[in-house]
Amino acid sequence: MTTKGKIVAVNGNMITVAFDAAVAQNEVGYAVLGDMRLMAEIVRVRGTRCDMQVFEATTDLMVDDTVEFTGELLAAELGPGMLAQVYDGLQNPLAGLAKEAAKISKDAEYFLQRGMYLPGLPRDVKWDFHPTAKVGDKVVAGEGVGWVTEGIFDNKTMPGHKIMVPFALKGAYTIKDLAPAGDYTVTDDIATLVSPDGKEVKMQMMQRWPVKVPIKCFVERLEPTETLETTVRTIDTFFPVAVGGTYCIPGPFGAGKTVLQQTTAKYAKVDIVISAACGERAGEVVETLKEFPEIKDPKTGQSLMKRTIIICNTSSMPVASREASVYTAVTLAEYFRQMGLNVLVLPDSTSRWGQAMRELSGRLEEIPGEEAFPAYLESRIAAFYERAGRVRLKDGSFGSVTIGGTVSPAGGNFDEPVTQATLKVVGGFHGLSRARSDARRYPAIDPLDSWSHYNSVIEQDKVEKARAVLKKGNEIGQMMKVVGEEGTSLADFTTYLKAEFLDAVYLQQNAFSDSDATTPVERQMVIFAMVEKALASEYNIDTKEDTRRFFLDLQQTFIDWNDKPFRSEEFNALEAELEKKIKEAGNVQ
Amino acid sequence: MFNNKVYHKIDALSGSIATLRAEGVKYNEIAEIESRAGTSLAQVIKLDGPNVTLQIFAGARGVDTAAKVRFIGETMKVPFSEALLGRAFTGSGVPRDGGPAITEDPSPIGQPSVNPAKRIMPHQMVRTNIPMIDLFNTLVKSQKLPIFAKAGEPYNELLARIALQADSDVIVIGGMGLKYDEYLKLRNTLDKSGALAKTVMFVHTAADPTVECKLVPDVSLAVAEKFALKGKDVLVLLTDMTSFADAMKEIAITMEQIPSNRGYPGDLYSQLASRYEKAVDFDGAGSITILAVTTMPGGDVTHPVPDNTGYITEGQFYLSNGRIEPFGSLSRLKQQVNKNTREDHRTIMDAMIKLYSQYKETVEKQSMGFKMSAWDQKLLKYGAAFEKNMMDLSVNISLEDALDLGWKILADNFEKGEVGIPSKLADKFWPKA
Repeated sequence: MTTKGKIVAVNGNMITVAFDAAVAQNEVGYAVLGDMRLMAEIVRVRGTRCDMQVFEATTDLMVDDTVEFTGELLAAELGPGMLAQVYDGLQNPLAGLAKEAAKISKDAEYFLQRGMYLPGLPRDVKWDFHPTAKVGDKVVAGEGVGWVTEGIFDNKTMPGHKIMVPFALKGAYTIKDLAPAGDYTVTDDIATLVSPDGKEVKMQMMQRWPVKVPIKCFVERLEPTETLETTVRTIDTFFPVAVGGTYCIPGPFGAGKTVLQQTTAKYAKVDIVISAACGERAGEVVETLKEFPEIKDPKTGQSLMKRTIIICNTSSMPVASREASVYTAVTLAEYFRQMGLNVLVLPDSTSRWGQAMRELSGRLEEIPGEEAFPAYLESRIAAFYERAGRVRLKDGSFGSVTIGGTVSPAGGNFDEPVTQATLKVVGGFHGLSRARSDARRYPAIDPLDSWSHYNSVIEQDKVEKARAVLKKGNEIGQMMKVVGEEGTSLADFTTYLKAEFLDAVYLQQNAFSDSDATTPVERQMVIFAMVEKALASEYNIDTKEDTRRFFLDLQQTFIDWNDKPFRSEEFNALEAELEKKIKEAGNVQ
Repeated sequence: MFNNKVYHKIDALSGSIATLRAEGVKYNEIAEIESRAGTSLAQVIKLDGPNVTLQIFAGARGVDTAAKVRFIGETMKVPFSEALLGRAFTGSGVPRDGGPAITEDPSPIGQPSVNPAKRIMPHQMVRTNIPMIDLFNTLVKSQKLPIFAKAGEPYNELLARIALQADSDVIVIGGMGLKYDEYLKLRNTLDKSGALAKTVMFVHTAADPTVECKLVPDVSLAVAEKFALKGKDVLVLLTDMTSFADAMKEIAITMEQIPSNRGYPGDLYSQLASRYEKAVDFDGAGSITILAVTTMPGGDVTHPVPDNTGYITEGQFYLSNGRIEPFGSLSRLKQQVNKNTREDHRTIMDAMIKLYSQYKETVEKQSMGFKMSAWDQKLLKYGAAFEKNMMDLSVNISLEDALDLGWKILADNFEKGEVGIPSKLADKFWPKA
């Protein structure tokens, strides 16, 4: 018997409900509106009344309408069938929703219909289950009992999709029954487990997990020391990201946050990418949908879409599910981490999530913090990023969740609450600057303001030397604005040009060029060594004009070099030419 | 039905908000209020136990506590028929041109979001015959683009020109906070050119009640959506979205909501986004393209309204000194279409802008009293020609003519080797002396 309640107030997407039995904080309930049921979540309980945020428009709800509580928290469905899906924030498959809506009318097909929910995992697909455990085995939560093949989990280049003992089970269970190899749907029973005190549990391939609770079926969390290869030079070399680490990309509009994230989603060396379009433009999601199936994942040779899951809660979709979308994304990521995989979660943008919290907080009439954001903004953001991490699993393998969120600060000013709360808890800060994007210097990651606590793919002291050149060059550049070129010494002018050179050939990278868009670590090492030579060299050039000419020429050759396939004949030829140019013009130290 | 029960006692009045006790009221439904001030529609914006809060479209001025309130059991709807074309209405759908009221096919406003899975990639250029748009920042069908301008810039003239010249089947104009003479001017311009026949106008003038201002985008976009679903390519022109945001601010403050930034409500972003995201190219039907004027108070682009807008839209046009600025203006979708127009499109676009930015630097140097080199002289001549023949808003030529003109301006001022254009293209297009 589920608890029922009655609506006593409606205000925007928030309803207040009077109930008579027990309810839980964050429990899900449905407001009944004719033959429609609108999903809602309890956000506050006071006496016999609770406030609920509704994941849909509340139009037509009335005082005294019924609310049915489910006794469950907002949960995601985990199991085979998630890869290559496009979900909304509540894990409804969007393609499925369109199909379902088409049954109403032709026009209805185009729109997200209120109160229409579909299961996250397809119920009719049969998966080829291969058991690996045996009857009588003792198993604990998160341990595998078998696997199925699904897309990239072909059991060849990648292991199969592991079917795991439900994460919610506590203690060691004994397998009493295990289904033989064969085809099963996600809801078919595949095993019977017996608890230490003799209770029997039926296990299916699908399990449900509350999205706001971290999955913790691992032995220990490890320090993120290994660099995650994004193939973006300025990131991997200067502002690296670690496997299992966290980073953020704040930037004003038009600075290229989304392009940078899309590039990362394409080329990062991870097993699974979960992209969470949280309150952003629908058009960008459409681009990803169109582009990703065409690109091959170098690791598996299959379409990139097959390693990707998109959680798409664009700006015009209901605000409450925008909040849910980032949690859904990270829960899916944790599930794949349990299989010993490296997963990258890319929420775009966490500011919209922060704003969703602000809207709700305003409706709850809570005492506002800075810029009307709720006081718990910081702790929520911190708890979210804390779900990243590299872990050792019970079977000795390692898995990780890396989180890289964009932030859209109001007015491009990084002093605002969401940026500041995020900066406190992340290990890397890739601040995009308007000045760089206006000058078309992409990616617009500011090389002086940004930072990272993780290990670079290049030796640290070399990176620091290059960074020092950038810093010095920038100072000289500022000075030159006042005193002009005439008032600058040749030595300073050369340093300035060296910094500009480093920026042009290494920091800047063309996301739309085939060869330049992605620079694997091996190549980064080779070209960084060349940059290093050019920076370390003293040049025997007499005039500023000739020095400028020399660097522009060097730069042009270098950019051509960046454009050539690695270790192709042309690449090698240009490499030799660059060596020669640097050597002839100066004394390499 | 108890719905038809008439209530006679309003408990509280403030701004355009009224509160009364009523039963069986649906959230968002419409009520009719009859008072000394006349009859007005109102919308339910809050239910709290027996208390119902109403937002009165015509404002609360003159509404008495004994006013008759009747709930009609339905949400806000806007009529839809071909007869809308050529007509002008207020924000709540009342004719403002003296014509008959239209009541056919009433459709609810503020309908759900389009399923992202049913969108298609924008791929078709919208020709406006304004070179600063067509050539340098191409408008794409289904794009949402604001025009950022200081007060006093000729943004409505620009909108009118785009309305007259853009290739679209239907134009929907949503006016918010317009001065009455601006509205008349806009209407007369369209009328003279014959474009009024394919135009629907929903206009809130500065003297009209605030609540109607807030309705204009929803009503305009609901009508646009209906036309688009019938296969029409619809161009929606909204002016001015800052007035819309200010109307929201006014109402939110009256409702005693906690303001977030400069008095605007915390959901400003979501509110703007849910309107702009109506821009769409339907897979298998028509499209909606949105151009919206956003005036920047004090010319400040970090003001909450232009700032939030910038995060939502696909680029922006900066209108300053009566011209669309090439710097800062950006059409994020231009890459989708300008590769398929003419082979020299992208090259001319890049080359001319690069030279124009050098011209700007030269002007700065000149003003600081530096000596002008021969190259500087060339740039100065080029810059003047570019501003006069390309940037001026009165220039009215097709994209192809604009490209030819571009080559001519370059050839008039520079040698072939000076403009940084690959020789293959220059050989083909460089005008023969």
